[in-house]
Amino acid sequence: MASKEGQQHPIGIYLWIWGLLFVLSAFSYAVDWYQLQGMLRWSLILIFMMLKAGFICAIFMHMVWERLALIYAILLPCIAILFLMVFMISESGYTLWTRMVYFMVGM
Amino acid sequence: MEESSSTEPITIPPHIKGNKGVAADWSSDQKAFKGVPWGKAMMWIFLVSDTFVFSIFLISYMTVRKSTKVEWPNASEVFALHVGHVSVPLLLIAIMTFILITSSGTMAMAVKYGYEKKRIPCAILILITAIFGASFVGMQAFEWTKLIQEGVRPWDNPFGAPQFGAVFFMVTGFHGTHVTIGVIFLFIMARKVWRGDFDTGRRGFFTSQKSDYEAIEIMGLYWHFVDLVWVFIFAFFYLW
Repeated sequence: MASKEGQQHPIGIYLWIWGLLFVLSAFSYAVDWYQLQGMLRWSLILIFMMLKAGFICAIFMHMVWERLALIYAILLPCIAILFLMVFMISESGYTLWTRMVYFMVGM
Repeated sequence: MEESSSTEPITIPPHIKGNKGVAADWSSDQKAFKGVPWGKAMMWIFLVSDTFVFSIFLISYMTVRKSTKVEWPNASEVFALHVGHVSVPLLLIAIMTFILITSSGTMAMAVKYGYEKKRIPCAILILITAIFGASFVGMQAFEWTKLIQEGVRPWDNPFGAPQFGAVFFMVTGFHGTHVTIGVIFLFIMARKVWRGDFDTGRRGFFTSQKSDYEAIEIMGLYWHFVDLVWVFIFAFFYLW
């Protein structure tokens, strides 16, 4: 029966992660509350985001207890997203440049 | 019913650590995901495709925001709520974030109690998860109403770059749809567990298949994913 290897873990770990996610969310809300700006704001947002996403995926979705065969099959395709992001950063920079050049002449 | 995971006599081969284990699992000439029920593998693969859908939304958002020369509306002010006479930035969004995280916690515990075959705590926790999810959707409806009354449209808004409205309605609307579907399935699951369907082997109304408590874990994967997507929306759309 499949559930013999079903995911069974002590309840404490869920409660800890739950608390941790609460704290991390409070931190990311604090970033806005104190109106941090610039690089500090962006890096803090990204750090808290990645930590929260990591804990949800690893513990709540049981990813750390899965076999590497499944982990690779799920996580590696997501690298493609980073490539799309890089392409679109370049593309949006070009669009902005054309708008500056062709729509703002004489301003 | 050869496919049914609960009747499989195959013993799960030992777990070899590292890349050798990956090669062994994938080259075994059997199913690649050892010890993973097929429904769970399918849910994971669906979630990968859904990850791509939401990524494309968020990357499009980045593209329109980066390429407009009109100033982007300040989310901190747009989503502020007035409590008495004080304007609290992002208050509703913060509450929604905490609610969704709480529902993820209750869902994780429901999965645990499900595998322990403790049917009543499992059903109650699923029900709590569903109620939190429903309140999240309710708050989102409130937020949409507020913004629509303030004149935000997919093509225009009074705060700045017109693309803001399109991104807002597409991204939060798609996420809200996911939450709504999740809530519906959570209520169905709660009823199944409460009635003891997974203990008595009662067949499902739609698939006519017997199911097991692993169905709760699969449901949980979907629900945690919805929470996961919100983490990214919260960071990029509301905080950035």
